[in-house]
Amino acid sequence: MRAYIEGIGLLGPGLSGWQESRAALTGTEAYRPARTVIPASELLPAAERRRAGIPVKLALAVGREAFMSAGHDAAATATVFASSSSDGEIVHQLCETLATPEREVSPTRFMNSVHNAAAGYWSIATRSREPSTSLCCYDAGFAAGLLECATQIAAERKPVALIAYDGPYPEPLHATRPINCEFGIALVMAPEATSRSLTAIDLELGPAGAAESRLADPGLEAIRVGNPAARSLPLLATLARGIAGEVVLKYVVGASLRARVTPCR
Amino acid sequence: MQPLLITRFSIVNCLGAGSGAVLDALRAKRSGLVPCDAALDFHTAAVDTWVGRVSGLEALPIRRGLEDYDCRSNRIAQVALEQDGFSAAVAAARERYGAARVGVFIGTSNSGILAAELAYRRRDPQTGALPGSFRYHATLNTYSLGDFIGRYLGLTGPSFVVSSACSSTAKAFGSAARMIAAGACDAAVVGGADSLCLTTLYGFHSLELTSRLPCRPFDAEREGISLGEGAAFALLEKPGAGAATDAVMLMGIGESSDAYHMSTPHPEGAGAKLAMQRALAAARLGAADIDYINLHGTATRTNDAAEDRAVVELFGTATPCSSTKGATGHLLGAAGITEAVISMLAVQHGVLPGSAHTRSVDPALKSNYLLESRSAPVRRVLTNSFGFGGSNCSLVISDARVH
Repeated sequence: MRAYIEGIGLLGPGLSGWQESRAALTGTEAYRPARTVIPASELLPAAERRRAGIPVKLALAVGREAFMSAGHDAAATATVFASSSSDGEIVHQLCETLATPEREVSPTRFMNSVHNAAAGYWSIATRSREPSTSLCCYDAGFAAGLLECATQIAAERKPVALIAYDGPYPEPLHATRPINCEFGIALVMAPEATSRSLTAIDLELGPAGAAESRLADPGLEAIRVGNPAARSLPLLATLARGIAGEVVLKYVVGASLRARVTPCR
Repeated sequence: MQPLLITRFSIVNCLGAGSGAVLDALRAKRSGLVPCDAALDFHTAAVDTWVGRVSGLEALPIRRGLEDYDCRSNRIAQVALEQDGFSAAVAAARERYGAARVGVFIGTSNSGILAAELAYRRRDPQTGALPGSFRYHATLNTYSLGDFIGRYLGLTGPSFVVSSACSSTAKAFGSAARMIAAGACDAAVVGGADSLCLTTLYGFHSLELTSRLPCRPFDAEREGISLGEGAAFALLEKPGAGAATDAVMLMGIGESSDAYHMSTPHPEGAGAKLAMQRALAAARLGAADIDYINLHGTATRTNDAAEDRAVVELFGTATPCSSTKGATGHLLGAAGITEAVISMLAVQHGVLPGSAHTRSVDPALKSNYLLESRSAPVRRVLTNSFGFGGSNCSLVISDARVH
């Protein structure tokens, strides 16, 4: 299954934007860890900006960056959102409230607890009526999302954007599911090569036993294993180098996902 | 899209376990809704509303070897997997194609959040830690339901869980169909489950969307939803896989977003209409080809008004339609597959389900809404699922012989 990547968005610890992060990803500059900085969303109307949680803002920020560089119309583009935990803070707050005798659940919090909250806010912000799929695959959401995008592109022959994002739970859930940082990645992909295409990406299911790609830099590798969306980092590092290459992503019990990239320029 | 055969399906909800029980209830216009109060003892939930509860779950052992996955939503899934010969049909498909060539595309809204709610009542008084028995990956994580079902059925093919609130299990059909078309798998298990939990009971109550009486879709006096729980599954294969004479097909799927509000549908039903149009286009059918519409019909003021408007604009006022949520309650993430299976039963058995609990149709609503169940040939059904976040999905289910 082939697609063409036309835009990339990235936010993570010490990784503030795709262009800004390329040197650290290729190793030409030392990677310097720092907290993830999530910019205020310029996309959302004021009422929605007040209601949206941090994971939503993370997803919207990387999505916006990817679309800015791709030059596609977000209103006319289908989306796939992949997240393991969605908004962990809200799950915690709801469970905490429901363990009290009063059980006074906040309606806004409940509304935002759905796994597709980011997709909902995205479609409001971009006025997109195109289809949007929100999915979860535990640690393999990025691989699952890539596969979903590739099959959508194969079936519809239209551009699709993948937005994968994850952030930490507060305690006591953090102890049962440690996610160590906020990390978001967005890829705008198209069915055909255009003047805007950065690289071709060929996806293929492989055997489950295939060794997954890792990162040489210990700081980046710690992010990769500490956040499900950051499982995308080996692919991003290959894209940053601007050369042909292949990465293997862990997927489900019976399969891995092999991604081969071939730069277009 | 390339139509796909539905070679087996199964269902459980408050109407009963298995297609036979659900079909009997639909024919008789029987509702499974009961009052939700402390007397029912659903984990001390005290919300003045009615619910559709699956009976017998408390005493049901989860399959040996899968104890970590023990929670209400996975138990409901297990019950459904054992109805209507479903797990045996999947085992045969596994033999035919290989375990890695059968995909698992599951939907849920809340997965096992009830397990987390209960664990939060038993936090360590000193440290605040959750009890050691709490299994995050097997209960609370949204993927846990897909993981459980894959393990239960011995399938290792491509898999993920779609979670887009009340459209989740309808949209899982789209992902599965695309995966099969792209050659990522040869067949797929589609479906999902949602259980009652305090998050949704108190959450919908906080939004003033729960009805104090059993929900009354399309009624002039409708005042909100009744929550339900249940699971249903379908096995999708390419045509030519030894179709039975009463086989049904997935003909089309249409997806859209409202781009309007997180919890309120677009007032003119613009997103709903787009999803229905796209489903018809994917099925290469016109509005006149549809014999029955199984509506989303939640019985909130806003959903039913918006959906009616979209249906009338697209189909006119003649196509028979109804919501079955007065019978089952709103199964949230499991609503899409539940109503897809009800649509399959409508096609196989020629039954148009009347709307349980609806007394008189709101005169402001113009579609041909069915108050009574009746028998008639049904060749093709369109079924709607709309969710929070403005996520819309419509499916077209057809008699395989008319395809």
